[in-house]
Amino acid sequence: MFAVDSLLDHIKLFSIPTLIVIIKVLVVFVVGLVGTMLMVWFERKVIAFMQNRIGPNKAGPKGLLQTLADGTKLFFKEDLIPDKSDRFVFKLAPYLAFVPAFLVWAIIPLGGDFSNGKNGDVKILGHVTKLQLADPPVGVLLLLALSSIAIYGIMLAGWSSGSKYPLLGSVRASAQMISYEAALGLSLATVILVTGTLSTNGIVASQFTFSRWSVIATGVLPFAIFLIAATAELNRPPFDLVEAEQELVGGFNTEYSSIRFALFFLAEFMNTITMSGVIVTLFFGGPQPLRIAGHANVLQFLGPVSGTVWLLLKVLVFLYVYVWFRATLPRLRYDQLMNLGWKLMIPLALGWFMLLAFFRVGQDSGWNTWVIGVAGIAVMALCAGLLQLASKVSARNREREGAMF
Amino acid sequence: MQLFVFIVAGAMVLGGAVGVVLRTHPVHAALSLVLTLFGIAVLFIAQDAQFLAAVEVIVYAGAIVVLFLFVIMLLGIDRAEDLHVEPFKIQRPAALVIGVGLVSLLGIAVIASREHPVPTVTPSQAVTDALADPHNGNIRALARDVFSDHVLAFELTSALLVIAVVATVILARKPRKGETYIVSGSAQ
Repeated sequence: MFAVDSLLDHIKLFSIPTLIVIIKVLVVFVVGLVGTMLMVWFERKVIAFMQNRIGPNKAGPKGLLQTLADGTKLFFKEDLIPDKSDRFVFKLAPYLAFVPAFLVWAIIPLGGDFSNGKNGDVKILGHVTKLQLADPPVGVLLLLALSSIAIYGIMLAGWSSGSKYPLLGSVRASAQMISYEAALGLSLATVILVTGTLSTNGIVASQFTFSRWSVIATGVLPFAIFLIAATAELNRPPFDLVEAEQELVGGFNTEYSSIRFALFFLAEFMNTITMSGVIVTLFFGGPQPLRIAGHANVLQFLGPVSGTVWLLLKVLVFLYVYVWFRATLPRLRYDQLMNLGWKLMIPLALGWFMLLAFFRVGQDSGWNTWVIGVAGIAVMALCAGLLQLASKVSARNREREGAMF
Repeated sequence: MQLFVFIVAGAMVLGGAVGVVLRTHPVHAALSLVLTLFGIAVLFIAQDAQFLAAVEVIVYAGAIVVLFLFVIMLLGIDRAEDLHVEPFKIQRPAALVIGVGLVSLLGIAVIASREHPVPTVTPSQAVTDALADPHNGNIRALARDVFSDHVLAFELTSALLVIAVVATVILARKPRKGETYIVSGSAQ
């Protein structure tokens, strides 16, 4: 009925398939939590390294247990609830922020054998299954749904605090996340166009050689747009206007303390890992190996785990990139953020999507590729010119009205 | 299993719906609406309509209710309304009439459908072909249907939405008296 896992078609309690699914759930949950803990350490260590500092080095070897120490400290702090807050929503909001970050992991293929067009099935205890919690036919749409649900946590946290700065932070956050969701969805649509499926498993399976990795097959630009939009979705620097300390005290989580604050903090880092996993799955072939110097899979000796190790390596690259962004780029101004989102990224993503679709139709009908390319680029240029004209006119009108930007 | 899911999702839908009506606080009412939408999404999934479920969550829970909340927060009407003042005199009797009418209409429809089964729709060849695919069949069938049989209606709907957006912008940015807008790039 739910198409979650083919194992569960004939569900029986206390059978091996049920056990396998439960183990998968537990592994995803535990690895998610431990990964978040390590991510916090990783981020602090890398930023410290980039800023010529040492970073956490007291708790545990190389400061590895610093996050645990911080978490324990937060646990024992007093849990404050502001007088003017909406108590129910105030308590609910941290969970709303935390849960979607976890749920996305259910649809990310975490490993398996995808070589030679195999679909990632592995055998555990004599049962064929996928190293993925769920493979719904609408996989990628579920991802979009969850990222749109993630807005609630931040929005309600800011509002229910009953205080001005958190409200400002959360209004900013929701406007930003809604704006960038469009660009995110449009750049994702190119991946769906190229791979021809919505299921995450299918998307990974179709990227079986380097030239079919979506980042190449869609022409890099959608990946760049996705990366930027995802950073904005995550509210990470340089798009962290939500919690701009210099302007808003602490943003939407100003009034939170103790374990509820810790939950927001965890959600943010969890989301970063999740988004890296999503980027790798969509654009970099997930657990697909990379052909290096003639070897189809240099990690072959790891056997069935090699896919998972590849995924891990690729995700680590993006985690590093996110930390790098944070250490390097200054925060955008609010109008710059909105201009970038609405006037550049959305039209660009839409135009690129149309161009790819045009190429696709041309291929199917056997038209000349060069003619398609020239015609497509001409139409794009015309649209870009019109858009430029329109935004110039509206900018002048706004100036006459005396608006600030 | 099916029954269990139906009962839980039904409870979510009904609980949310009752919450929307009975909660005095606008934000709580909007959150109850989200609960209802999630319940409906679960019911869709139970009926194998995964695409509808995903779209329901993305569009309604993810965009429309967020917009509601946004307006509630920005306008600062996030406190209980005084119910003794009635802005339109005819509003409440009209609501009663429409409500009773809707309930009785639905009731009649349910009772009638028990006696006369719903006539089956014959989909086009493209849709039947797509439905034969076991994995993506649902989504493919929907896409084939929307982009082939009903492409005109689909495009017209999108045009209508664009017109609505443009009209909203124009209405919201109405120039004051004595002010003219620059319409083209060359005018000064």
